[in-house]
Amino acid sequence: MISLLTYAAIILGIVAIARLLKVYELSATLKGNEQEDAVSYSDNKFNARLMMVFLFAFFAFCIYLVISYKDNLLPEAASEHGVEIDSLFNFNLLIIGIVFIAVNILLFYFAYKYYSRKGLKATYFAHSTKLEMIWTVVPAVFLAVIIIYGLAVWNKITSPIDSNKAVVMELFAEQFKWTARYGGADNVLGETNYKLTADMNPLAIDTTDKNAWDDKISNGEFHIPVNKVVLMYFRSKDVLHSAYMPHFRAQMNCVPGMRTEFHFTPTITTAEMKVKTNNPEFEYVLLCNKICGATHWNMQMKIVVDTEDDYKKWLAEQKTFKEKSMAQTAIENKVAINH
Amino acid sequence: MSSHSNTVDHATHAHDNHDHSHDHHEQSFWSKYIFSTDHKMISKQFLITAIFMGVVAMMLSIFFRLQLAWPGQSFSILEYFLGKKWAPNGVLDSNMYLALVTIHGTIMVFFVLTGGLSGTFSNLLIPLQIGARDMASGFLNMLSFWFFAVSSLIMFYSMFIETGPASAGWTIYPPLSALQEAIPGSGLGMTLWLVSMTLFVAGSLLGSINYIVTVLNLRTKGMTMTRLPLTIWAFFVTAILGVLSFPVLFAAVLLLIFDRSFGTSFYLSDIFISGQAMEQTGGSPVLFQHLFWFLGHPEVYIVLLPALGITSEVISTMSRKPIFGYRAMIGSILAIGFLSFIVWGHHMFITGMNPFLGSVFVFTTLLIAIPSAVKAFNYVTTLWKGNLKLSPAMLFAIGLVSTFVTGGVTGIILADSALDINVHDTYFVVAHFHIVMGASAIFGMFCGVYHWFPRMFGRMMNNKLGYAHFWITFIAVYGVFFPMHFIGLTGVPRRYYSNEAFALFENLQSINILITVFAIIGALAQGLFIFNFFYSMYRGKKSLQNPWESNTLEWTAPVEHLHGNWPGELPTVYRWPYDYSKPGKDVDFVPQTVPLSPGEEEH
Ligand code: HEM
Ligand SMILES: [Cu+2]
Ligand SMILES: [Cu+2]
Repeated sequence: MISLLTYAAIILGIVAIARLLKVYELSATLKGNEQEDAVSYSDNKFNARLMMVFLFAFFAFCIYLVISYKDNLLPEAASEHGVEIDSLFNFNLLIIGIVFIAVNILLFYFAYKYYSRKGLKATYFAHSTKLEMIWTVVPAVFLAVIIIYGLAVWNKITSPIDSNKAVVMELFAEQFKWTARYGGADNVLGETNYKLTADMNPLAIDTTDKNAWDDKISNGEFHIPVNKVVLMYFRSKDVLHSAYMPHFRAQMNCVPGMRTEFHFTPTITTAEMKVKTNNPEFEYVLLCNKICGATHWNMQMKIVVDTEDDYKKWLAEQKTFKEKSMAQTAIENKVAINH
Repeated sequence: MSSHSNTVDHATHAHDNHDHSHDHHEQSFWSKYIFSTDHKMISKQFLITAIFMGVVAMMLSIFFRLQLAWPGQSFSILEYFLGKKWAPNGVLDSNMYLALVTIHGTIMVFFVLTGGLSGTFSNLLIPLQIGARDMASGFLNMLSFWFFAVSSLIMFYSMFIETGPASAGWTIYPPLSALQEAIPGSGLGMTLWLVSMTLFVAGSLLGSINYIVTVLNLRTKGMTMTRLPLTIWAFFVTAILGVLSFPVLFAAVLLLIFDRSFGTSFYLSDIFISGQAMEQTGGSPVLFQHLFWFLGHPEVYIVLLPALGITSEVISTMSRKPIFGYRAMIGSILAIGFLSFIVWGHHMFITGMNPFLGSVFVFTTLLIAIPSAVKAFNYVTTLWKGNLKLSPAMLFAIGLVSTFVTGGVTGIILADSALDINVHDTYFVVAHFHIVMGASAIFGMFCGVYHWFPRMFGRMMNNKLGYAHFWITFIAVYGVFFPMHFIGLTGVPRRYYSNEAFALFENLQSINILITVFAIIGALAQGLFIFNFFYSMYRGKKSLQNPWESNTLEWTAPVEHLHGNWPGELPTVYRWPYDYSKPGKDVDFVPQTVPLSPGEEEH
């Protein structure tokens, strides 16, 4: 019944608007002010004014957003390269901000200033080599600066490092969770082969590879030491995922059949960040940032940045792959015996 | 139609009276409205199909925006449209969320802004503005529409199947799109998506080839390439981009079909899913991304260029001024077209691609900013010292320049590989591409509809409703998409069903509600347009032959629907299309068909 009424109301509304329009048009014709111009003077003036109103409202809206949400944005970068990314970002933002503001002002101002009215005549101005050169060359110069600065940062971030000096670890992605693995005592990750995936060996580690035995595996959270390069490798078990660590300005895709890598140096411990953000609950997180299925939105892991000592302590508490699988085997054997 | 359209016996009439001119012969309902080979009718068919698809895609976006603003809340409208399976108790299911996002993006990009925009305006304007009787091949043109229509139907139908439509994002990256075990939408839904897109590509190719041949061969006397309106240049380059890039999408899709159905391993390798190791090894999901974006990036210009062409024409006409820098505009269309083929890697900076290759793509991508900047500045200069008639079409054109700039500048951030590390795939990207591509192209489309409605239907659309439509839409577009930059810079990834899983995002609820409210207002405002469109088609004020006092040829053809466009000879062209307010003339426009007066210089 209600829905029937709703439909009826909608239909009546449409009919009413149609009638109103017809009446409006008829009266316009009767009054004889049907302009030969397709746009009437009053419409022109009205819309021209709205252009200026819009301009101010738009900028006011931008300022409002900046003020009310600036404290929600990501806190200061917690990695060495992240700081550089942030300054690059601010530099670019300054340039594009100026362009954004200037062009929008000119656009809406001209749209307001030159609205058609009696006596106004357009200037026939079809072409000016000088002007066109200016707005080819000036953007080109600014872009050159942006490119050079940007690529310098990019090269620094992506240039290879000596894995002996780094903490070598791996993030393994699957629908819908992460597992971290460390190189262990030898700081070398053991080989893997996806065919070996099993309940007992979810990371498909090659048990015949001796480097694998001391690998440490961690679920739920992982720790990294502050001020040391962390070299991360990424693998995926099933579909694409992307390891996104926004506080460190770090991200890399996890691709089945491929091993990708990224390295960075964390500079602020979790404890320090709790103070800096004035938020005792603060934690670093790892998110999935490549659509991967129903629970893509909740595929996360806690990251803890420790002092070097705390990190060592934490790592020592973690079981090695060998211990883990022996414990597993023991349990399974026990289960088997009991049955 | 002529007086004898009232005659009772259509069929015999048309066949017996051979003395009647070709233009006047009677057509049955089917050959006139359904299987028409007339470009003007085909353009209307494209437009109406696109409007339908646009309404569908817009509704989908409102559905998932409800979930983002009020996560986990019950909405009876969701249950009403999606059913108990996908919205149990009115709460959107997380698989369905991804499906809605996917189909929304697919429809908007391909069906509304590629098929709809190019299909409508290339068809309407190419023959009329170059002075041709019709497209080079009316039959292929008709086929192109019917491929489009069938593919639209299949895409639409795919939303109603048991396992749900494709849900891997509009970019359908494998392995997610290849494995039914990974997400239910990758079953039959994905198959239908692939079939639909294959037909879509076929239709788009037929259309594009036709446009190219027509522009090259059927220009009327005097219509040299440098006297073509910028609309035609834009459609022409768009068609070339389509012909070069869509086959690559077709190849990508075909290989995906093989991987899905015949056990090949082009994209699949070393996958363990549902407790089983798959046989396939040696393939690479990254290969798909290369193929996809080799189409995908030109695609954004396929969407954008026609809109820019349309607005160039409208801004010049309604400013009563020549477009500033005509040749520079052509040059930038060509430069953008060329560069758009060598930038695809900017979508893949963090796929593990070689960093040096990444640097090359940074360079090429930022180069594209130069011709784009030239275009923006030329538009603004065209307005300067003009005599602006602010029709609804003109307002949308001005709106386009604003969104093109606002959305374009954030592209500079995304193109910078070092910065992309942190914003890739976040809402910052969603903000960027909706403003620069979504809003701009939609504005271009509205601009075209308001401006050429009289040419299509012989009647005017109502200005007042048009103004209301523009202002509400314009405000809503910025209201929806501008705040998304901030959400992105908070680190929120796109394609997230909910932001509630992270403490990091806990203060974003109010901004998400703000966005959704603007989205609903914007969506409702489209009712004004739809009403205006259909009402004016039958009841609008009769239009004059040349209501905007425009120079181009389409306004010299009679308003009546007439096969062959001009009753007598084709018009001859003597000048470029932008002689507005030329000094020494009594009126502020000089149509292209007016010969140069003695001593007059051609611009
Ligand atoms: C009615 C106005 C619109 C609203 C409210 C809207 C909203 C959204 C939102 C919020 C998303 C991201 C969802 C997510 O990542 O979880 C999205 C995705 C998308 N939208 Fe829109 N949109 C609108 C119009 C358009 C238009 C005009 C286009 C044309 C280009 C478009 C193209 C896309 C595409 C390509 C995606 C990506 C789909 C994907 O991630 O696979 N949208 N839309
Ligand atoms: Cu994931
Ligand atoms: Cu691109």
